[in-house]
Amino acid sequence: MENLLLIFTDYTIRNVLLGAIVLGLVSGTLSAFAVLRKASLLGDTMSHAALPGVIIAFLITGVRAPLPLLIGALIAGLLGTLFMSLITSTTRIKQDSAQGVILAVFFGFGMALLSWVIRQPGSEHAGLDRFLFGQAAATVESDVITMAGIGGIALLLIALFWKEFKLITFDAQYARTIGLPVGLLDVLVTTLIVIAVVVGLQMVGVVLMSAMIAAPGAAARQWTNRLGVMVILSAVFGAVAGAAGALISSSAANVPTGPVIVLAITVIVIVSLLFAPNRGILWSLRRTKSVLAPSPVEPNAQAHVVGSARPKGVYEP
Amino acid sequence: MTKDTSLYPIAVEDLTVAYHEEPVLWDVDVTVPAGALMAIVGPNGAGKSTLIKAMLGLVPRSAGHVHFFGRSYAEERQRVAYVPQRGSVDWDFPTNALDVVMMGRYGRIGWVKRPGKADRAVAHEALEMVGMRDFASRQISQLSGGQQQRVFLARALAQDADIYLMDEPFQGVDATTEHAIVRVLKDLQARGRTVVVVHHDLETVPEYFDHVLLLNVKAIANGRVEDVFTPENLRAAYGGRVDLLLKQEA
Repeated sequence: MENLLLIFTDYTIRNVLLGAIVLGLVSGTLSAFAVLRKASLLGDTMSHAALPGVIIAFLITGVRAPLPLLIGALIAGLLGTLFMSLITSTTRIKQDSAQGVILAVFFGFGMALLSWVIRQPGSEHAGLDRFLFGQAAATVESDVITMAGIGGIALLLIALFWKEFKLITFDAQYARTIGLPVGLLDVLVTTLIVIAVVVGLQMVGVVLMSAMIAAPGAAARQWTNRLGVMVILSAVFGAVAGAAGALISSSAANVPTGPVIVLAITVIVIVSLLFAPNRGILWSLRRTKSVLAPSPVEPNAQAHVVGSARPKGVYEP
Repeated sequence: MTKDTSLYPIAVEDLTVAYHEEPVLWDVDVTVPAGALMAIVGPNGAGKSTLIKAMLGLVPRSAGHVHFFGRSYAEERQRVAYVPQRGSVDWDFPTNALDVVMMGRYGRIGWVKRPGKADRAVAHEALEMVGMRDFASRQISQLSGGQQQRVFLARALAQDADIYLMDEPFQGVDATTEHAIVRVLKDLQARGRTVVVVHHDLETVPEYFDHVLLLNVKAIANGRVEDVFTPENLRAAYGGRVDLLLKQEA
């Protein structure tokens, strides 16, 4: 009970908790779209590619204020995306290899910059290395406000362009025929995914942030067949993982928040993969058994019967 | 010299499309008269689907023009509905049949706004027309291939267009779906719409269609079925001996 009260009274714990929830909500929402676009690994590339942006932004501004560093991360992430599509459109290199190339080059460059900056005299650069694995305990109120502001804009855009995003995700070709600027909307979705990554960088770090783009959506897809429900569920999973990570790490000594958040979302994914109705592994095991034994009609089989007396595939003109 | 393209719902002039410098369509001229129900037939790799996609600007044109009612596609896209091949999307997308059909309304609804009651009614009506009324709330991955094809057709119907371009709607569908699609085609024609269908079954051409385009990279023949659907033209398009030689080379 005392611990619970601390959430509302302790300044640090409150900020960490709020920050982690915002992070989870934003990355969870975008995760749903990343998974459906089969671009979950984009988050991995983008978060690693953001590192040099953070360092260069620090070198230019000379301060460790959150907003300039996040803008640096955003620009680097978007540059990474741009180079990636240049590689795939002008060479025979496929998407996955291009992602690997961009990840390695940008992250390597960022690491080199980081180790050089840290060896410089002075103390302004102290804590820059926390962008690697994140350091949630250092989250202050202004960080939370920045995260909520950036994340709020991202969520608002998704609400506004809901049906457009749905259509380009399901059937981009048809979307183009009814006049949607599919290329532009693609860039917008990718930008929003990069924003979600950037929002989490301070707390979870560039290395683990990719999990928050891949995991919540994958877990949410297991439980529902409706896009709206999936996106909300994905956001809730992200937020729950964020809150769990913040609370667990604040109650136990020396447990870092970022990794605990990632462990929490991993547990949610495992539970979803195993136990979700219809799509879960246990469910399909049970179904396989009941197919081997005589069983009631499957939903698919029923669908064929309704339309046609003849069995499918035996069409004689 | 040039025809008055505004007389035709669809007029394709000197259309050439190439992939990696290899021509897929070569100097194709086609006019589709109003109210025509036209099949595009030709051997594999003849460029049938590419022709439709090039008309819609989905693949880049190397040369030539396409006019819809004498104007560019960008100006008339609201009057043109496209039915893509069923295999072009992932049917495991989390949505139901009605929602996919509703996408046919998005072009009219415009940005940001949500589909309203009238749009839902149109979507339900479109599902009814393809015999899928009872499947409105069915998750799309749980539909059979033929039912998925009919959902795509219903989406185009919900668009309420004047021209319908369909890419292999009969591909791998069950008999019920085939009958349902034919019924819709005849109904569209009766309502004065112009329909162009990529088709692969030569036997059913005279029964289902009144116009035909024989295509093999070049347009071999184009006109009323009774005039151009002849053994000579078919041989020219499918090339009996030529075809065999090509197969041996491959």
